[in-house]
Amino acid sequence: MFNTKNARRSRRESSRGKRTRRGATSAGDTPLTLRRLTGFFRAHPRSLRFSLGRLGRAPMSSLMTIGVIGIALSLPASLHVLLKNVLDAIDSLDTSPGISLYLAPGLAEQDLLALQEKIGKRSDIASVRIVTAAQGLQELRQASGMRGVLDALEDNPLPHTLILSPVDHDDLSSLERTANELSAISEVESVQFDMAWLKRLHAILDVGERLILAVAMVLSLAVLLIVGNTVRLDIEGRKDEIIVTKLIGATNGFVRRPFLYTGLLYGLLGGLTACLTVEIAIGFMRGPVTRLSSLYQNIYELSGLTPVDTLVVLGASVTLGLVGSWFAVGRHLGRMEPE
Amino acid sequence: MIQLQNITKRYPSGNEALSGVTLDIDRGEMVFLSGHSGAGKSTLLKLITVIERPSRGQIMIDGQNITHLPRRRIPAFRRKIGIIFQDHRLLFDRNIFENVSLPLVIAGYGRREIGRRSRAALDKVGLLNREKAMPVTLSGGEQQRVGIARAVINKPLVLLADEPTGNLDPDLSDEIMHVFSDFSQVGVTVLVASHDIALISRMHKPIYRLQQGRLLNPDVQYKERATLAARI
Repeated sequence: MFNTKNARRSRRESSRGKRTRRGATSAGDTPLTLRRLTGFFRAHPRSLRFSLGRLGRAPMSSLMTIGVIGIALSLPASLHVLLKNVLDAIDSLDTSPGISLYLAPGLAEQDLLALQEKIGKRSDIASVRIVTAAQGLQELRQASGMRGVLDALEDNPLPHTLILSPVDHDDLSSLERTANELSAISEVESVQFDMAWLKRLHAILDVGERLILAVAMVLSLAVLLIVGNTVRLDIEGRKDEIIVTKLIGATNGFVRRPFLYTGLLYGLLGGLTACLTVEIAIGFMRGPVTRLSSLYQNIYELSGLTPVDTLVVLGASVTLGLVGSWFAVGRHLGRMEPE
Repeated sequence: MIQLQNITKRYPSGNEALSGVTLDIDRGEMVFLSGHSGAGKSTLLKLITVIERPSRGQIMIDGQNITHLPRRRIPAFRRKIGIIFQDHRLLFDRNIFENVSLPLVIAGYGRREIGRRSRAALDKVGLLNREKAMPVTLSGGEQQRVGIARAVINKPLVLLADEPTGNLDPDLSDEIMHVFSDFSQVGVTVLVASHDIALISRMHKPIYRLQQGRLLNPDVQYKERATLAARI
């Protein structure tokens, strides 16, 4: 059809038509600067759509990469949730470090009240509760299974006790100072304040937090390498395409953009996978944990990722995806020039 | 439009691909570049597309000196040039329409403009009904026509073709050459490198002959014009 003379003539005519069209449209064309600007805003959605298409075209390998990223990120995220739950559980046990003052035996009732008032005036003490010897015995009877033993006692061995609640629960060194000052009062026989236990607990939680941070950093590095390597393979596989597009006038930015979006999408989808994994794991644990806590007369609900946690996981994963692909692109794209 | 002044290209290996080549091709001319493989045809085209830089001499395209064109200016410059390859260099994971419209996508045109111009270009090479086809389903001649449509869609000032008919049979080759000739008639400067003397002689256009990096007939364009004038 291309060979006939008629076709050639009609083509000539159409090319002459094109000349006039050319003249007409060049006046109507968008000005160059405006086109560059609109081009910039067109380029990003285009690159995003293109990258999505690429992921969709190789679903198995994309899913595998996303899965690996998701699993890698779900580990620190679930450890974080675990630690947060442990903290909540400790709070729910009311372990605010109270100070118990065991008073000298045989202290009269009004002395007890005077002492309560005196200590209650201290600026570092929020409240003072009196537990008389009789009340103490009663509490002990209820709490422990030693009723028989207690009944066998002839008189009450317990002293009167003051339970103090400090103003500042968290500052352990100032609590220690308060306890020391209180032990100097003559009516006070001994001060009980379980410093060591609290200190240890806080130290353990600090170690846990550090551990999670370390795990998160190592796994972030892994995600960086995974994304970098996947994008590198993608770049190698598209070498011809990259060179052709550069030959027909593509800027480095144009060539780079789809790969960056690919990394970003890997990060985003991997982060979503991680959040989903954590939620599923929490849901899996919730029943047994509630049953366990009910055995301790303490209804405790396992909590999952808060909205802030989710945003942090997604933000981190998107950043990692973007940075990983940025490294790969920076290392490999510049070398691909037409030869 | 295309001006080469005393161009020499020496590779680090010491091999001199071009020696003192001077030529001047006017706007809207169509000229051929012939010579055996290794004569320097491809090197010359690479210098014009700034894939490589000359060791000596100056290159002007459309009045712009591109001898030392900064790297960041190269993309914008290449958009003024349409390149056609012997092996077509189509993107095989995209359909014909997407291949042809790629230069417009790169240049940041809107969807409507892209659609309009891509279809016009495909119409011009007779492939409008195949826009959804993938390149592998096309014959060699059709693939080359897609390559041509892609090269001309951005209304380039200069059209370069490196052995565009290398893999095509004679009839198809003639067709392709006439498509080029049509473009030169609408003001596009066309430079075609080909070793197929029989084919390019039939076109009655100036033929520059390269041999071992030297231009044997730098004034062929003027001679050709003179004979043309004499004939009239």
